[in-house]
Amino acid sequence: MLQSSREPMTQAAPLISLRHVSKRFANGTLALNDLSLDIAQGEFVSLLGPSGCGKSTALRIIAGLANASGGKLEWPSASGATPVAEHGAEISFVFQEPTLMPWATVFGNVHLPLKLKGVSRTAARDDVMAALDMVGLAGFADSYPRELSGGMKMRVSIARALVTKPRLLLMDEPFAALDEITRFKLNNDLLHLWSTFGWTVIFVTHSVFESVYLSNRIVVMAARPGRVVEDMTVDAPYPREEEFRTSSLYNDYCRKASEALHRAMEASEGS
Amino acid sequence: MSFPASETDLGAGVSASPTSLATDGGRSGGGRSRILRFAVPVFMLVLLVAAWSLYVAAYDVPHYILPSPRRVAEALVADWSVLGPALLVTLKITFLALLIALVGGVALAVLLSESRLAELALYPYAVILQVTPIVAIAPLILIYVPSTQAALLICAWIVAFFPVLSNTTQGLKSTDHNLLDLFRLYGASRWQTLAYLKMPNALPYFLAGLRIAGGLALIAAVVAEFAAGSAGAGSGLAFRLIESQFRLNIPRLFAALILLSMTGVLIFAVTSFVSHLLLRRWHESALKREV
Repeated sequence: MLQSSREPMTQAAPLISLRHVSKRFANGTLALNDLSLDIAQGEFVSLLGPSGCGKSTALRIIAGLANASGGKLEWPSASGATPVAEHGAEISFVFQEPTLMPWATVFGNVHLPLKLKGVSRTAARDDVMAALDMVGLAGFADSYPRELSGGMKMRVSIARALVTKPRLLLMDEPFAALDEITRFKLNNDLLHLWSTFGWTVIFVTHSVFESVYLSNRIVVMAARPGRVVEDMTVDAPYPREEEFRTSSLYNDYCRKASEALHRAMEASEGS
Repeated sequence: MSFPASETDLGAGVSASPTSLATDGGRSGGGRSRILRFAVPVFMLVLLVAAWSLYVAAYDVPHYILPSPRRVAEALVADWSVLGPALLVTLKITFLALLIALVGGVALAVLLSESRLAELALYPYAVILQVTPIVAIAPLILIYVPSTQAALLICAWIVAFFPVLSNTTQGLKSTDHNLLDLFRLYGASRWQTLAYLKMPNALPYFLAGLRIAGGLALIAAVVAEFAAGSAGAGSGLAFRLIESQFRLNIPRLFAALILLSMTGVLIFAVTSFVSHLLLRRWHESALKREV
């Protein structure tokens, strides 16, 4: 049902548009070759591919953390041609590691993005606590990262990404280092938050199952050089709960995505 | 008083004892290990002093070779009018040198980590200054600097400065790359990145440097005074030590030596305690692990 409510948005101008983007590293490796991708407002897109396919590089370019060697990145929905840097405020990034500051409390870590914008602890308190509440860690505001489990640290990392109320959430294999039980739980929580707030999510993963469960669109990439080989829609209604994991529809999409990934890997080896 | 840093070396011995005692009854938690941590070193000290005293008495060692602990204690009290002011001079030089080394070391470390050019230009000279033995530089400094006190201060500073500089530089540079990316993503200024990310990250490194520098500052203050060979009212413990040797006043020499090592222990204890206070909430080095 949420899917249908999102349909009209996809007709509008995309949120981000990558046009023939390529990236060559200093050592000569072509990490991305002629990547063109439109991402619509409110989409949950997974970038799926073997390691070395440039999916993380693409994410870093979108975040403005890396520069493209060729092509361009556009924000068509924004008024005028604003440089990428100015979208920083609307982008949040979740890394594969929790990437927390060990010397700061959970509160301090979530406060960070606001603190860098000059919002004091007192002024930020409500926003920080709301973000912690979203990930179910309101009771741990005064704990230090070392006192938390891996899953909880990742939740803090997500809370920190949410505290700025971003329009675009970039996630680089955020759950890859977690055990399966924790990962499933966080998958569900993430979907729940996404359906509540309606951000656009770009989710990098190498798990077929995770990409099908979460996203409404999967971009399959091949390596050497990194490129898009398949762009498939996952036409399954949200909210997706645990039943979806065992449904035949889920199974079908997993098979499709899996086959696409195999083709991508063959294409990688062939080149 | 307990020295947090010594936990690492003492910890093994102390934590082993409760397990061996555990057979004869329940453990009284941290209480027993705390008493042990205090009692074992004190007991060891008493044992050593007793052995020393017995040896001197049993073999009738002349006091100009090895004075008994009692004679040393007497010298400490009787010569306090000489040793006290000397201690004060040495303390002043040590702590002033340490203070300047901390401020200068951190400031230069920030400069070196922020500017590649400054690093290329200055770091080699910091290394040269460090690797040249201070005893070899001291005579020159004594010629160039009019006041002996100032010369001693400069010597102590040169020695104490390097560990602070190199450790802090290392700490500033070993900041997590993802966190640096995160700061960039949120548009942090250079100053914000330094104050909120690089500095806290460098704190454990800096504190390790501080602990080394504290000990070195005292050593350098003493060595420089040996080299200076200054005499008179303004001299420190090192001069009193040499003077006692010339006069074969061995009890006073021991007394001066004890004051010096007490100073060293105090510096170590204070720097370790400061380090413990600052790191105990978050850094691996300050965490107790349940086994």
